[in-house]
Amino acid sequence: MRARIVAALAVAFLALQLAGCGVNTIPTEEERAKAAWSEVLNQYQRRTDLIPNLVETVKGYAQQEREVLTAVVEARAKATSIKVDASTITDPEAFKKFQEAQAQLSGVLGRLLAIQENYPDLKSNANFLALQSQLEGTENRISVARRDYIEAVRVYNTELRTFPGVIWANILYRSNKPMETFTISEQQMQTPKVNFEKKG
Amino acid sequence: MRAALNARIWLFLLGAFLLLAPGGIALAQNYDFPQLTGRVVDEANILDAATKIDLDTKLEGLETKTTTQFVIVTLKSLRGRTIEEYGYQLGRHWGIGQKGSNNGVMLIVAPNERKVRIEVGYGLEGTLTDAITSVIVQSKILPRFRVNDYQGGIRAGADAIIDVASGAGDEFKKEAQAPAKQHDSLSAFLGFLMIFFFQWPGLLFLIIFLHFFVQFLRKLFEWLGLTKPMTPQERKRRARNDWGWVVPTGGSSWGGGSGSGWSSGGGGFSGGGGSFGGGGSSGSW
Repeated sequence: MRARIVAALAVAFLALQLAGCGVNTIPTEEERAKAAWSEVLNQYQRRTDLIPNLVETVKGYAQQEREVLTAVVEARAKATSIKVDASTITDPEAFKKFQEAQAQLSGVLGRLLAIQENYPDLKSNANFLALQSQLEGTENRISVARRDYIEAVRVYNTELRTFPGVIWANILYRSNKPMETFTISEQQMQTPKVNFEKKG
Repeated sequence: MRAALNARIWLFLLGAFLLLAPGGIALAQNYDFPQLTGRVVDEANILDAATKIDLDTKLEGLETKTTTQFVIVTLKSLRGRTIEEYGYQLGRHWGIGQKGSNNGVMLIVAPNERKVRIEVGYGLEGTLTDAITSVIVQSKILPRFRVNDYQGGIRAGADAIIDVASGAGDEFKKEAQAPAKQHDSLSAFLGFLMIFFFQWPGLLFLIIFLHFFVQFLRKLFEWLGLTKPMTPQERKRRARNDWGWVVPTGGSSWGGGSGSGWSSGGGGFSGGGGSFGGGGSSGSW
């Protein structure tokens, strides 16, 4: 009788060991999260590329909005000056810097788009409309890419910290660090549409 | 008797695996998606039968010609989400577009929230750019929706999208700037390579390991006195079966009903496995 119990326990234990193999899970999830990160960067880059055209177009109609235009150019310069690569995601400091710079750029871009209300000519300019739809589309792609990245990182970090991944992490993947994820929510990044500032 | 016991060991192992395996199964997100019943999914009931058939024919024609999958969907509600968020997730859930080329496009109408969106799959972002879809929404769809002509708006929008997707539609293209990049095929290929190189040896290893494990269990059970050792005849019979795998014999509990196929039904239309990344543009009226 006792032998049977021992045998049954042995079977259960070995089955558990086998099922928990998953030696490839950590590298697989790591690659997935890195791919999601490059998509995030790709979309932010796309936004950065759109800005000079947008600024030029707005300048043609709203030269006097110097303050907003300068703020956009400066925020863009600041965002592009931050060096970002694959290692950024495991470096909390660098990640925070990147995130803040992009959030600031989102804020001033919102202000730039808000001024169109005061300039009917700008609002109906075909070039501006095309740029605006591209910028909106890019913002939307950014939020999709961010969501995909957050999910990929969640899966990867969970795998690093839970059984059986934690065993493999300790044996084979000691250098793998948990990845950083976005803490500034998309709601905060959404810019206020109404601008109560007095026009100069 | 022996076969039955072996089968039981296997079943036990199989059960243990199924119980312990869900780590690998991706958990589907809790979204409420309508059923993909065809190329035109009219959940909000704003299209009459003739329009549906007419649209369906056009959409099928587009897929036959270009393999692009185009689905028109009207929603009763956006389930508390923005149309941008719900749209791409619905597209991914249904897998509209061909796998690999991701050439899917959806025209989504939510009459109760007064929102419309053209959702463009990764692979079509260069053809149906944000600017083009924006022009279609603003000039073809919204003017008709504003006078409550939903059918007319959907028809006009669908015609315009089909025009552009099949290579025509120059009136919309003139505003196109900076076509989007194609970026998905390489990562799909790398993913395939990774599965090919890393997962197959793992699977093979698992099978071989399982084989020895079962042998070991058999010995263990014999040693424990739970089963009788094999007679020479049995051993011989077993040897003929190359690997010593358990072969179902009469009276065993192995086998059971063969799995029914994965038929999706619904008029023979199903998503090709394409993906979406938030391309396209929206409007409201």
